[in-house]
Formats: sequence, C-alpha cells, structure tokens
Amino acid sequence: MHARIPTEDHARQEVKYSTCYMCACRCGIKVTLQEGKVRFIQGNRNHPTNQGVLCAKGSAGIMKQYSKARLSEPLIRKPGTDRGAGEFEVISWEQALDILTQRLQEIRATDPSKLAFFTGRDQMQALTGLWAQQFGTPNWAAHGGFCSVNMAVAGLYTIGFSFWEFGAPDWDYAKYFIMWGVAEDHSSNPIKIGLEKLKRGGGKFVTVNPVRTGYSAIADEWVPIKPGMDGLFALSIVHVLLSRELFDYEFLVNYTNATWLVIQNPGHSDDGLFLRDANGQPQVWDLERETFVNGIEAGITPALFGDFVAQDGRRLKTVFSLMAERYLDERYAPANVAAECGVPAETIERIALEMAHVAFKESIEFPIEWTDTWGRKHDKVIGRPVAMYAMRGISAHSNGFHACRAIHFIQMLLGALDGPGNFRARAPYPKPIPPHQLPENNVDIINAPNTSLSRPPLGFPTRPEDLVIDERGNPLRIDKAYSWEAPLSSHGLMHMVITNATNHDPYALDTLILFMSNMAWNSSMNTQAIQDMLRQKDPESFGEYKIPFLVVVDAFHSEMVNFADLVLPDTTYLERHDCISLLDRPISEPDAAADAIRYPLVPPNRNVRPWQEVMVELASRLKFPAFTNKDGTRKFRDYPDFIVNYERSPGVGFLSGWRGKDGDKFLKGEPNPNQWQAYIDNQSFFAHHWPDNQKYMCFVNRDYLEVASDAGFVGKVEPIIMQFYSEPMQKFRLAGQGLYDGPQPKDPADKERLTKYFDPLPLWYEPLEQQRVDAEEYPFYALTQRPMFMYHSWDSQNAWLRQIMAQNYLYMNARKAADMGLKDFDWVWVESRNGKIRCQLKTMEGCQENTVWTWNAIGKQKGAWGLKEEASEATKGFLLNHLISELLPERNGERRITNSDPVSGQAAWFDLRVKLYKAETGESGSWPQFPAIKRLPTDHYERPDVLRYDARVEDNDKAQS
Amino acid sequence: MRLGLVIDLDVCVGCHACAVSCKQWNASGTTGALPDYQPYGAEPSGVWFNRIRHFEVGSYPNSKTVNFPMSCMHCEDADCVTVCPTGASYKRAEDGIVLIDQDKCMGCNYCSWACPYGARELDRSTGTMKKCTLCVDRIYDQNIPVEDRQPACVLTCPAHARMFGDFDDPNSEVSKVVREREGYMLLPELGYNPTNHYLPPRKHKPIPVEMSADKTGLAGKLKQFVNRMVKR
Repeated sequence: MHARIPTEDHARQEVKYSTCYMCACRCGIKVTLQEGKVRFIQGNRNHPTNQGVLCAKGSAGIMKQYSKARLSEPLIRKPGTDRGAGEFEVISWEQALDILTQRLQEIRATDPSKLAFFTGRDQMQALTGLWAQQFGTPNWAAHGGFCSVNMAVAGLYTIGFSFWEFGAPDWDYAKYFIMWGVAEDHSSNPIKIGLEKLKRGGGKFVTVNPVRTGYSAIADEWVPIKPGMDGLFALSIVHVLLSRELFDYEFLVNYTNATWLVIQNPGHSDDGLFLRDANGQPQVWDLERETFVNGIEAGITPALFGDFVAQDGRRLKTVFSLMAERYLDERYAPANVAAECGVPAETIERIALEMAHVAFKESIEFPIEWTDTWGRKHDKVIGRPVAMYAMRGISAHSNGFHACRAIHFIQMLLGALDGPGNFRARAPYPKPIPPHQLPENNVDIINAPNTSLSRPPLGFPTRPEDLVIDERGNPLRIDKAYSWEAPLSSHGLMHMVITNATNHDPYALDTLILFMSNMAWNSSMNTQAIQDMLRQKDPESFGEYKIPFLVVVDAFHSEMVNFADLVLPDTTYLERHDCISLLDRPISEPDAAADAIRYPLVPPNRNVRPWQEVMVELASRLKFPAFTNKDGTRKFRDYPDFIVNYERSPGVGFLSGWRGKDGDKFLKGEPNPNQWQAYIDNQSFFAHHWPDNQKYMCFVNRDYLEVASDAGFVGKVEPIIMQFYSEPMQKFRLAGQGLYDGPQPKDPADKERLTKYFDPLPLWYEPLEQQRVDAEEYPFYALTQRPMFMYHSWDSQNAWLRQIMAQNYLYMNARKAADMGLKDFDWVWVESRNGKIRCQLKTMEGCQENTVWTWNAIGKQKGAWGLKEEASEATKGFLLNHLISELLPERNGERRITNSDPVSGQAAWFDLRVKLYKAETGESGSWPQFPAIKRLPTDHYERPDVLRYDARVEDNDKAQS
Repeated sequence: MRLGLVIDLDVCVGCHACAVSCKQWNASGTTGALPDYQPYGAEPSGVWFNRIRHFEVGSYPNSKTVNFPMSCMHCEDADCVTVCPTGASYKRAEDGIVLIDQDKCMGCNYCSWACPYGARELDRSTGTMKKCTLCVDRIYDQNIPVEDRQPACVLTCPAHARMFGDFDDPNSEVSKVVREREGYMLLPELGYNPTNHYLPPRKHKPIPVEMSADKTGLAGKLKQFVNRMVKR
C-alpha cells in the first residue's frame, strides 16, 4: 500500500494577480503565496498578453525574488576610495535623498543639461520622461537607442505603427508568416502562442535568419541569409512583385502616398518634395478630371503612374513611378542579389510569389460593416493574410532603418496591413506619420535654470529645423541625438552617453543617473574601455572624475553598481506598485486597448524603495511644477497617488480603466480615488475590446479614430496615409546637399552621410563599419542573441535559469569549422578591429557559413550578481562586447562618429566582423578577465552549496535578508 | 485510465518553460524540495523532472533544429518498477502514473539505470530518487478549477506543445491527436510501451507559384504599367 498523495493546503495559501517583469513582455501572472512565500507563479488565463501561459523566466520568478544579488540598503562610495574599487558604506535613505536633492537642486538652478538620466528597462517612460522634462534636461532616454529604435522609427515614419511593439501579427487568421531576424526575443509568449496557432491552421512559417535556433527551429522554411543583407533581400522581393504587377492597386491608391507627385528639380530646394497646393495639401493627378487635385480627399481618381508637368512648369513624377524606376532596375533582380544575400535567386523569387499568392488568391473577407474617414461605408473588410514580424536582426545594423522600411514596402504593396490575417496595429497606434510630437529644441528653454522643458525630450523630427542643436549646429544632447549625426534618433543613443560625457563632447555632465541598466558590462559596446572611462579623472578639475557623480538605481548587484558613487536600491517586481500605461508602452493587443498594474504582493524585507516612489519624492522636493501645488506644497503623497490623480490632459491619465469618480468610465474620465483597488479586483489589468467595426483598417477607420481621438491617442480624426516616399528624409537630404531652405550641416562628414543615407526611398548599403573594415582580414560576421529563457533579463543570478546555461560558446558552421581544423570545445581567439577575446567553440549545422554567434550577457564579471567568484559565467563565459566599438573606425580628417544607423542612431551591434583562430595548447578559460568585484557591506547572503527551496518550509532560505 | 503526455515537436521551440514551471511546482510539491547543487557557484546543477534536449538533423543549409523535451514516459511495462528492490517504485493501477514512495526509496539508482529515457534523478541530500509525478498532487485537487487540474508543464507551455489526458479513452484529446498526427513512442523497440507520445513535425503543402524568368528590361516593364481608374 502506498500513502495517499496529499494535495495543496489551500487554507494556508493566498492567490494574487499581477504583471510579470522577468522580461519586457508584461504577461499577466497568478501568484500563489504560502504564508508570504512564493509558492507558484502561473500565467493568468484571462490576460490578453499571455492567455494563461508563462515562459521559463516567468516561472523562475521565485529565484529572482530570493536572488543573492538583491541590494538592501542605500550605499555611498567610501570616501577616499576610487570609483570602481567597490568600497561602499551604508547610508540612510534620508541621507541619500538629501545628497541627491542638493546636487540636483544646484544643477537645476544653474545648468539643467548637466544632469543626464538614462534608463535601461523602459516600461515607465511616461513617468521618467515627464520627470526629465519637469527637471528641464534634454538628456533623457531609455535603452531603445541600443535596442530596436530602427524598427520603431522606420515603422512610425512609414506605416504609422511598427514592429517592436506597436503592432502584432494577426495569428488567428494569418496563412503565411515571415519572420525577419527575430533573435529569440520580444513578445516572447505571444509569438509562441501565435506560431502554434499559425501552424495548427496550416499556415506557412518562413524564417529569415543566419542562425536556426529558437522560433526558427520550427519554421517550415529557413532562409539562412548573410547578416545585414535583409534590406537587399526585401528590395529584391519588391522587384519581383513590381515586375509581375503583383500589388494591391486599391490599397495603394486609397491608403498610401504612392500617387502623390514628387517635384523633379535637381539642384533646387524643392527637388524631391511633394507638389503641394496653397494649403500645403499634397497633389495627385486626377485621371477623370485631368487636373491636379488634393491627394488626401475622397472623390478623386489618382494616377498611380506617370510623369507630369506642374502649372509652373516643374517636372513631376508619382511616387510609384519613382519606385518602379528604382526597384525594377536589374540591380534588384533576384539573380543579381543572390550572391550578396547568400540566398538562391529561385528562393527569393519563390518567396515573393508565395506571399503574393496568399495575399491575393487566399484573401479573407469578413462581412463587417465599417466607415472610413471619408465617410464611405464598407460592407466588408478584406484581409491579405500575409503576416510579418521583424526585430533585432534587422534593427542592429547601421542599414536597419532602410531595411525595415523595405519590409514595410512589401506589406504596403500586398495591402497586408491592419487587416485580418496580417500585421495589425495595437492601440494607441496607428498615429500620424510621424507622430505629432517634436523633441524640445529651444536653446533658451533648455539652458534656462529652474525651468521645465516645454515639450518632452524625445519626439519625431520632420525637418532640419526640428533638430536639437544650437545655432552653430552643435548637439544640445549629451548623446548627440537629433543632431546631424543621427537626425531621427527618437529613442536617444544611450550607448554613447558614457563616451561622450567622458570626452566632454559636446559638453561635461555633472551627474549621470542610470536606472536598471548594465552599462559597465553587457549593455555597452567596448566594455573594457567603458569601465576605464568611468574611472577616468579630470586633469582640469582636481580629484573629480570626468563624469563627476554617478547614481545607479537597481534592485540587484550588477557590474554597473560597482561603479556608482551613490546606489539607490530598488524593489523587485513583486514588491511594488507599477503601471504599464497607454501613455507609454502598453499591453494592448490588436483586438483590445489594454493596460496593467503591479502592486506589492510580498513586503520587501530590505531597506529598499521603488524607484517610482523615489522619483515622485525627488520631484516633490525639487518642486517640479507638475508635482507641486500653487502654495508650494507637494501635490502627490506618493506614487500610487500620482498615478491616480495626475492628468496629462483633462480626463487622460496613466491608467485608462475604471476612471471617473464612480469608476464607470474608461480611456477618459476624471480621476477615480479607488482606481488601484479596481485594478486589483480585476486581476491587475484593464482591456477595452474593440467592437468589430473598429478593429481593422484603424488608420482610416472613422469610428476607431473617433474613440482614439477622444482618448488622446491621436490629435484628430483624419486619414493616416502610409508613406512609401518619406518627405522628412528628403528634407534632411536636401540639407546635406546644401539645398535646404533652412539649417544645413557644416561638417563634410555630415553632408556626405545625409546625402547618401537620407534617401526618401529605401536603399541597401553595406553596413558602415564594414565599409571601413577589411573583409579579407576579418572574414566572419559576428552576432549575439539572448536565449529564450533569459531574454530581456539578467538572470544569471537566477539559481534555476543558470542551470540551463551558465557558460556561452561561440557557435559556427560545422563544415566551415572542419575546413579550418576547428572542433567542438576548442578554445579560440576571436579578433576584431577593436580587440580580442578568448572563448570556447561549438559547431552546428544551423549557422550561416560566414557567421559566428554567441549568447549575449551570459558572461559576467567575477563577484557580480550574487554569484561565487568561480561561477562559470565569469571563468568560461564571455562577452562579444569587447570586440565592438561604439565609434566607427577612424578616417583621416573626419571627427569620430558613432557606430550607429545614420538615420535613427540605432547601435550597430551586428555590423561586427571578426577573424578567429585556435588558441595555443594550454590556453583555456575566457579572456579578458577582470578583477573580482568586492562583496557589498550589506551582502550577508549565504550562498549554500545545496539549495532546497520549498515554499512550505519556513526556514529554508533564512539567508534571504 | 492511462494518463500521460503528448508532445508536439511541430511547435516546440525549446524555450524551457515546461521545465522551469515543473521545477517550481514540484519544488514545493509532494516530492519537494528539488535540490540545486552549487546554485551560485561553478557549473550549477540540480534535480529536474523535465529536461529539453536540443539537436540537429540534416546538414546545412537543409538542417533542422529539434527541441525534444523528455520526462518520465509512465511506461506500461516499466522496468524501473520491476528492478526496484524495495518496492518504492510503483505504477498506479488506477491511472498508470509511475511514482516513487520517498519513504521506501533507498537511492540505489537501479531504476535510473533501467530507465532508457533518463527520467530518474537522485536527490543527493535525501538519498532518494525523484521523477515526474504528472503533477499527481495537482491533477486530482478538487479544490482548484477543472481546467487547472493538469500538470504544470502543460498549463504553462506557451506554444501549447503539450497535452495531457487518458490514453485508454479513444475519444480523449491525446488519443485523437496521436491518431490524426501519427504520434509515436520513443524507442518502442525496447518494449517498455511508454505512455507519452510525440507528434512529428507537420509537412507544409507547397504553395502554387509560377516561376518564370521575366526577361523584359526596365523600359519594357515601365511601359506595361497602365493606370487603372481607381476612385477613392
């Protein structure tokens, strides 16, 4: 006889709902607590994002909550010790806040730009951005500049929504799905849920990726493209579609600027701009009326093709004619790009034709009545069921902006946008193209002491006048965002902050605040040099560092914390209030506008405070206008109070659910004092499901746009016309050519870059770094990706997740390795123009032949993240970052220029080229090695040889506090 | 009843969600805790009931990456039970779940040698063998909603690549899907008659396209485009 199996003792348990923060996905979680200890974290079945499922990270939240790397007291660098030596003293929160307040007060009263505030994780940009704006510094951004700004900007300047996270494939109805360079990343659970739906429904899944792991493993077809060639591949598909006349004529005429007329006047300031009427409306040629008419209006019959002459004699061409001339050129024929892309011509052509077949021969029609912005009633929606998603593999190249636009070109040609089965927008998107928000660039306001900015620090320039530069053309931002070097850098360039601030170029900072970002390690290019910069003293200012005061806000003991002058310890995601707001990056899905909260499920057992609380506290102490009453008293008691009562415009606040005094309004309504409780009572999220007539074609859907306008998503109800041809790009190009009626760059390097890369139609060019690196000396492309079970998290500290991987290898194509006499587990040296590393090799079949790659951020500095010094992450794990420079290779007579996309400022991580060779016998272990980081004075955690976590046992983790 | 799992290799992306969810449920479950050795040191390891193997078939560029989750197969003819000298290892008559009575197990490892699927792991601190229980402490819990009475790995799988059910019932979801998708057992030749089944990748039907080299030059193509009267 065997004992009866006992079930859970529910009487001792409590179930609470919140939002995961193990990565950026923001899934709903159902947390079972057993007398205050975390027993089980599950996906919330009712949640729009993850629908009940949960990934490995989410399930490992327990080990994050009890991590040995948790910070527990505010710390200050020990007086008399060097920065980076890791000597800290504990101070009280009162002391820490006093020190910081005093410092910030002085900066704000003198030169507010001397504060830079950059955040790694960016799920609360609405608050951090507001805080920076209220402080009056332009030097604020999140990590998007080194993550995926190419995707965001290319989308927002082209289709009004974007890959990244303002759109999603319509998995329920897609019949063909092509995934471009998605490195096991973003939208982790939704993509997995979606791929299964697609395959169950018989849809085809094509992956374009040099490496076959993760999602690509289950693709029906793998296209092992050479890194950086996606744009060329996409434009070749455009070539095939055009040459076969496989495009959605109605979609192009109705919803895009393909018919708009472009002035052909080389050498003049109007060259390449749209022909506009006196009211600034773009003109098209009306085939019926045989005259120029307003291209935005209804009742027109525009010519898609043709050359025309304006009344004043200027020559004109339609956008589509320009496209046909360019992309029908044999340069883009599959046979002529095959070798460069590493993809057979037959494959390129077949994939183009497959997409066209599915789009046009297998289209979907839903009998849904809807009304467009011109008041025309439709009795159905048509879906071209070709869905796409694209991320890091496109984004992390210096030609990624154009590559991403090229992909959007395919979608527009197929009419496969925001309809059933294709790529759909997620509220608050689509927005006008680009969104109507300009970055603050008024020098007087930026320089004014004790003055808030009149606009947010980030936005979307449409012309050179919108750049954030002074009258001499010098950048006003420390990261040089929105300067001639990166005009459309709408997420900033966080990867340049430490370098620029150290070089006092364009100026010196006083204080740098970094929130939750590991810039001294895996989040920086050129890690070793960046660490040196952080330690660099200023010879002109005795005893001062080049970056005088460094504040690090984090919940865990990262490599970055080691360099802090002041450490502010944050809470974990199970310990604080948070909101995932529609003002920021919400959790909306195509079928629902949605936002979410977190609230404390377990009390922190350390002397830590949520950074949100600290920001509200600092804002109140510094008397920011938005946080202060007229009588000078503080406006908001704390963060929850701020979230409920702050209104960006009347009725529009951080949370969109249960608004209004009685909690019966949504999207818009006066503050509800019981809003937090309403969210808690409703499993910590709010979703407004769009009725059928507001679900599709949102960019011209009147009923949708009326709601969107009322909720403040868009300014007014007007059609959002997709932009094949980008006039803002042309305006910057004219400036580069010296033809623009307005600001123009002086530096020849800027002129050259603007002229070459600000093409109003997508082009492919060799990535910038590769233009300057000898491909024969460095024959391999080198890439990184994060493994699924650690994507968007630093979870080498996690006792369970690190068992899945505690060492990374360099992977390469098996045949190529054999040719070079290399085999599994060989130690190899890998060299780039920037340095060398030693690491261990593994071979695989699923890797493009000219490519090597590794898992990023597995390598750690000894002593960091609560790990023992002998942890494999530190002894055998490695970073590729040492090989990548944040600057392009030097060129004679040229100033040093960022290694980033010249349009968006996106960090060009994947442009790296390397060589590799076998290490000498006896050379083993990863290199370079760094000194071990000292244990913090507050770190009394026991690191047991055996861990036996059991939520039912009270004392098995006694060393947790 | 014969309870077990079906794992769909057509959609398993190898994300390890099932393995970690299993770990957290069972760490505080009927055979918990599950030890972790050197959890913060060199080469961390521990007891897991479910591990994902990754391998490749074919060669570049036609290779395929396969993610293969493996846990106890709850075999009909389980040698791990037969070889157990203490009777700790047993197969339940009522549902076919193979379990280990922790009070009787002496950690001799015979069962792990007998198991060709690598399903059994020794807890070095208790000196007992541990393995997948199909979340037996969850699937019969009358105090949770019916839809939650499934193994943790099945509930969490983001790709819905895991199904749980009764293989004795020809109308159960698992029986049907195994029939329809030609589900198979792992190493049937060994004769253990494993309950768990795997579904092979689906084959996608070719999409009809007409390949033809278009030889007209640019000028020719441009001429072919004729404006259509499309009224907005």
